[in-house]
Amino acid sequence: MHIVVCVKQVPDWDIPPSSFKVDEGAKKVVPPPGVAPVTSQFDAIAAEAAMKIKDAGGDTKVTIMSMGPATARETIKQGLAMGGDEGVLISDDAFNDIDSTAAALVLATAIKKLGDVDLVLTGRQAVDWDTGVTGTLIAEMIGGPVVTFAKAVSVADGKVTVERVLPDATEKVEATLPAVVTVSNELGEPRYPKLPQIMAAGKKQVTTWTAADLGIDAAALAPKLTLEQLFVPVVDTKVEIIEGETPEEQAANLAKRMKEAKLI
Amino acid sequence: MANGVLILAEVVDGAVSPVTAELVAAATGLGAGPVSAMVIGSGVEGAAANVAGVEKTYVVDDAALAQYTTDGYTTAAQAVAAKADPAIILLAQSDAGRDLGPALAYRLNTAIAMDTIGLEMKDGKLHTTRPTYGGNARAVNGFTSEPAIATVRPKTFEPAAGGSAGAVEKVDVDLSGIRTKVLSRDVAAAEGVRLEDANFVVSGGRGMGGPENFDVIEQLAGALGGAVGCSRAVADLGWRPVAEQVGLTGKVVSPNVYIAVAISGASQHMAGCSGSKNIIAINKDADANIFKSARFGIVGDYKTILPPLIEAIKKEKAAG
Ligand SMILES: Cc1cc2nc3c(=O)[nH]c(=O)nc-3n(C[C@H](O)[C@H](O)[C@H](O)COP(=O)(O)OP(=O)(O)OC[C@H]3O[C@@H](n4cnc5c(N)ncnc54)[C@H](O)[C@@H]3O)c2cc1C
Ligand SMILES: Nc1ncnc2c1ncn2[C@@H]1O[C@H](COP(=O)(O)O)[C@@H](O)[C@H]1O
Repeated sequence: MHIVVCVKQVPDWDIPPSSFKVDEGAKKVVPPPGVAPVTSQFDAIAAEAAMKIKDAGGDTKVTIMSMGPATARETIKQGLAMGGDEGVLISDDAFNDIDSTAAALVLATAIKKLGDVDLVLTGRQAVDWDTGVTGTLIAEMIGGPVVTFAKAVSVADGKVTVERVLPDATEKVEATLPAVVTVSNELGEPRYPKLPQIMAAGKKQVTTWTAADLGIDAAALAPKLTLEQLFVPVVDTKVEIIEGETPEEQAANLAKRMKEAKLI
Repeated sequence: MANGVLILAEVVDGAVSPVTAELVAAATGLGAGPVSAMVIGSGVEGAAANVAGVEKTYVVDDAALAQYTTDGYTTAAQAVAAKADPAIILLAQSDAGRDLGPALAYRLNTAIAMDTIGLEMKDGKLHTTRPTYGGNARAVNGFTSEPAIATVRPKTFEPAAGGSAGAVEKVDVDLSGIRTKVLSRDVAAAEGVRLEDANFVVSGGRGMGGPENFDVIEQLAGALGGAVGCSRAVADLGWRPVAEQVGLTGKVVSPNVYIAVAISGASQHMAGCSGSKNIIAINKDADANIFKSARFGIVGDYKTILPPLIEAIKKEKAAG
């Protein structure tokens, strides 16, 4: 059993909204000074899903794959510290700012190059662009089914069984392998590697592939979806803070204002 | 020549889903040619005849589509798209739309803009606006391929006001290639007012301190005839069911009044409630982000504020 986990490095999302900045000219997010990029939240959870399958026994190999700049190696290391066996870093200037279809093409090509992959795990969406398409696109490209929004993933008898979490339902779905499963936060917190595991991760192999290694030329990366503009929306509400000597008075004043504003 | 707008009209429990009228409004508003619909499922021909405000409705009705599967629905949608040859396809950012949208885009050799809140024609081409970076930013996208596909966030467009239904055309599709099987499906039983339809929503956050403290949230919602919501922190902790989660990865609500209690107002939470007409925030931290979007706010401990607030609201309502 060979599992590939796709992990993306993204700007830290856990910053106060006031320090979120955009360079409108470059159409890029400008991280606050000194704030390092992190692993996209759901991708660490996808790695956790892989480790749970590994824990369940059997001969399971987990490859942690990321496409991104050289710093994305850190994100791969984190997956290796959680228990991943090998890393693949796909890095090339040709891959900067490509659209989701092109990104999926790069990842799918790398997955095919590995050859023997049974299951691909991704996050439900990357927490930078919040798109949620890459897993499905990879599935189409490698010719396997996709199951989205997993809160539990298990493998047996050449099939993957997934508990899907939807806003108003839970579903149990079975799919043939090879398959792609996108993982949601309901699966649970990713495990926290201990120091010896972090040390050991440093010794695990991370292969680096470029566009040439994957045989992908620039024409194949031309965007179908273009980014025309990126901006921070203006919120212009003015809050009216309801005062009062006591909580009872504050509560009564709020109810009164709600009445005056015809909200009740 | 590709022309017009094709929408996916989802059928839920035998009826056309409420968000369909929003898609019809969005599609009509583009002025990009005739609007048609596709209906996919099993035993859905009746519903297909009821899609209001479109010129034509394509229906794929097949026993293999009784349960939603990505493979089944994508294959059906692909076949309809091939027949209708639209310039634009709109889906809802629903369970189905967010799942099959990307696969459909791939099969039609085009791209999709997910979770859009703005649609505009510029020089005859679709441009979409979508929240990104957890709701902190907006991205405007264009397409170099056709059809341009977008999912539309629910509650973004005012639903179209009825209109007559279009002629129904059946499309037959080979569905033998479905590789996934739904083994079971448990639907969360909704009690009282549906969160998405409620006029009042009262949501509690991590600052509530524990599941036992949600009594006051339920009582306040009850006094207003509204529904209970929560933040992801609360759903992740298991204090409340996922079905109550409001936000980017939860439900989108747009009630007349949204009361956020002990919720910090992270952008990902606001993504699910910023369409509310009036937000009221109760938080002990005067600097909490939630106050930036609120019309009324109380800085204080919910434990001391909520019980008298419930009484005061009952009193104001009784006074008529
Ligand atoms: C990709 C992604 C998707 C996400 N999707 C969602 C989503 O769909 N929905 C969502 O909600 N979140 C989502 N989140 C999480 C989000 O970023 C926040 O972590 C979450 O909303 C915080 O929940 P909270 O406000 O309840 O908790 P906290 O941020 O911990 O805030 C608790 C608040 O309670 C206040 N408080 C504490 N005690 C009291 C008291 N006694 N009285 C009054 N106030 C009190 C505190 O001042 C504080 O403001 C997502 C995150 C990511 C990265
Ligand atoms: N550059 C990348 N490298 C590795 N995995 C990625 C990359 N981009 C997207 N993914 C995976 O695809 C998922 C969905 O991404 P997206 O479609 O961009 O929201 C992410 O959660 C990752 O698991």
